[in-house]
Amino acid sequence: MMRYSLFIGCQIPSRVPQYETAARAVLGKLGVDLVDNKQFNCCGYPMRNVDKKSYLLSSARNLALAEDAGHDMLVFCNCCYGALKNAEHIMKEEGRLQDEIREKLREMGLTYAGNVRIRHYLSVLYNEIGVAALKEQLQNTYKDLNIAVQYGCHLLRPSPVTQFDDPVKPTIFDELVAATGAKSVEWANKLECCGAPLMGINDGLSMDLSRQKIKAAVKAGAHFFCTSCPYCQIQFDTVQNMIVSKNPESEHLASVIFPQLLGLSMGIDPQTLGIGLNKRDITMIESYLTKE
Amino acid sequence: MVFTVSLYASLIIFVLGLIYKVYTWLHRQVGFSQERPRLLKRCLSALTGMALTVFSLKLFKLLQAFFLDVLLQRKILKESFLRWVMHMLIFWGFMLLLLMHALGQLITASLFSNYESTLNPYFFLRDLFGLMVLVGVVIAVVRRSLLKVPRLKTNAMDRYAIIILAVIILSGIFLTGLKITSKTEFSNMVDAYAGLWGEEARALESYWVSEQGLVSPELEPPFKENILKQGKRLHQTYCAYCHADAQSSFTSYSFAKALHPVAAALDRAGFVEIFWYIHFLSCFLGLAYLPFSKMLHIFSTPISLLANAVMDEEKSKPENIATRQVIEIDACTHCCTCSLYCSAMMGYEAKLNPYILPSEKMAPLKALAAGKKLDETETKAVLEGVYLCTNCDRCTVVCPSGINLRQLWINAREKLLQQGPAEPLMLSQLSFVRGLNRQRVSDDLYGLPLEKADKAVRRRFEPLLEADRSIDLDQAGSGRVPSLISETTFSYCFGCQNCSTVCPVVANYENPQEALGLLPHQIMCSLGLGLTETAMASKMIWYCLTCYQCQEHCPQNVKVTDILYELKYMAVESMDEKTENEDQAGGLI
Repeated sequence: MMRYSLFIGCQIPSRVPQYETAARAVLGKLGVDLVDNKQFNCCGYPMRNVDKKSYLLSSARNLALAEDAGHDMLVFCNCCYGALKNAEHIMKEEGRLQDEIREKLREMGLTYAGNVRIRHYLSVLYNEIGVAALKEQLQNTYKDLNIAVQYGCHLLRPSPVTQFDDPVKPTIFDELVAATGAKSVEWANKLECCGAPLMGINDGLSMDLSRQKIKAAVKAGAHFFCTSCPYCQIQFDTVQNMIVSKNPESEHLASVIFPQLLGLSMGIDPQTLGIGLNKRDITMIESYLTKE
Repeated sequence: MVFTVSLYASLIIFVLGLIYKVYTWLHRQVGFSQERPRLLKRCLSALTGMALTVFSLKLFKLLQAFFLDVLLQRKILKESFLRWVMHMLIFWGFMLLLLMHALGQLITASLFSNYESTLNPYFFLRDLFGLMVLVGVVIAVVRRSLLKVPRLKTNAMDRYAIIILAVIILSGIFLTGLKITSKTEFSNMVDAYAGLWGEEARALESYWVSEQGLVSPELEPPFKENILKQGKRLHQTYCAYCHADAQSSFTSYSFAKALHPVAAALDRAGFVEIFWYIHFLSCFLGLAYLPFSKMLHIFSTPISLLANAVMDEEKSKPENIATRQVIEIDACTHCCTCSLYCSAMMGYEAKLNPYILPSEKMAPLKALAAGKKLDETETKAVLEGVYLCTNCDRCTVVCPSGINLRQLWINAREKLLQQGPAEPLMLSQLSFVRGLNRQRVSDDLYGLPLEKADKAVRRRFEPLLEADRSIDLDQAGSGRVPSLISETTFSYCFGCQNCSTVCPVVANYENPQEALGLLPHQIMCSLGLGLTETAMASKMIWYCLTCYQCQEHCPQNVKVTDILYELKYMAVESMDEKTENEDQAGGLI
């Protein structure tokens, strides 16, 4: 049995709850045991822009807690993943800030020795379970479904730190999507940012970047985006709604979260997967399913 | 006389206080709103809202919440068994004391014809209920002092609540204990109800000394068997019909036993009367001060819990949400559950600004809603506190009082952003949720706080970007140098411009230099020249997506994105510095 400390982060429980129910259902069926820890705090990503200490302390405390619990960490959010991986990287170096963080952790009765592995669930699906074993679990596969895979920046880059996949020509996510029978289309700015990091700071720029991505994915013939990060998902769902409501003629493309896509083909009921909870309607996706 | 006057005085203050509180609930407003609904409109909306709820299927939800959340306090149980035991003991102990003992003549007497406070079961129950409260109070003290609950803060109001409860209950127990031992009390009762003297009076007194805890200056055991027998008979004739055995009042009786050696002296000194005053005056003080103290939560928290059960954030009228929010501020019991689970807790540990913790934000929000002005440092700290929030909603989920904290923060935040000083946290991804909720603010107001923050972090450096500024390349400047080794990798840059070429932000502008000031490769070049502050002037560092395309594609392994992060940290740190800087080349050593 694979057992992990689940790091759920802040965005999923509050704004993308269907991500959690879908991922839990899918992983549960695949024999992945998730241990919850109410003590985890924010990964520190949102503070990282302006306050290094708050960021690093946030990440380091989570790492210390996970290390103490004795399981590797499983992360559902790319930005949490990137923040935690980067913190792991920084804490390997010696420095005044690192000493300060270690001292703070000690005051809280915690230590962090760097012995906990941080895993993104896509990597666990691909490397631990494997595409072949995954395929055995499928009850239906998709036919003629074109998917624009959104890797998300903080999963891929900086690659020496995140260690997820080839940063220039990644395949893991595409292969996982292809396992369900859907086709992962090639599209122009597939590896670019969704725009979410600037939402609230420079909304115009943020939405411009999303618009470009939508345009490119539509042009490539995609029927849906597929995301593995709540920030990307919110950007392609809630923020896309804002874009479309401002300019009804602009192109649009609904986004499905990967565990929703996988879950449907594993025969998990749409309600558990929260298919109706996405802001933009994705119910059409079920019509692409064919019985094995 | 003192009793009656203080009773009515405290009752009047209590009632006026409650009326005042209800007025503030319908009048005040927490934080930002586009328009301010009038008092009358809020009254009517509240009344219609309540009526519509009661006469609908929501009534069942309301009843369910009343039983499970108010009476059984399910939300506290979910959080911690110990705290649930503590609160149930205090809540039920105090409520039952109030109904059976304090309002005994009004309530208990009308329900049970044989009611006498000194008869069982009432005599026993009074002590039992008192003991329940006392045990609860002891747990509260232990929790707040000995148990090391992280981020649990105890303020003056928490101390007041614990002290007033402890004084009321302990003075009650002491009073009863003193009465049990008091010869004066005994004599008065004998005169009033038995009218005995001589041998019979001595026999009764002997029996009471022997069996009922009385301390007599004249009579001391051992007593003769037949005298006790006679005393018991007299007790049954004259006393027992309205006085149960003193042992029934078990805590007071134990206290009386402990008092034995000094009881006679205390009786002569009039301690019974002293404690009688302490007891009723502390009760009346508690009553009069209730609307202004934490104890108001007896009313406000059930309202909050019931509102939580039936109100829909999306569908409710804005004026009802405004009213609910003011009540919610009063419903906070400062139990600090929110701060125990706050996702931003490490922000607090790093910055040590208590207002980052949700439980500590309530006090300034209350002050602001009451129209008080906070001073400059205070405003700054509160603003940082309400903004350093990841909007994870955990506080709202765990709050045992059912307060919709999420919505409180969003409202309070906007007002402070609009009126307060520049907040650099606005330039972080903490702003994401504000962006998602931008329809709550009009377009012309939405951008103002961002502009303010942008100005604050770049104002000092902006002149450095002027195109015709001459830079003396020979003179050593005072430019800053990034501290970490990886952040000095800019010196590897050979100007291939890959970073700027792959940057999606640069690509988004027709004239990127005009929009961004300096492009990534120009920033690296500036750093190479020691022009750190010139680099800090560029908008590029704040419009960086942190997508790491530049860093990934740098053939020279320059940590471009990480360096932009360091520049942002330095710009924020320099916000309050007043000195001018020419930023001459040569700063790099």
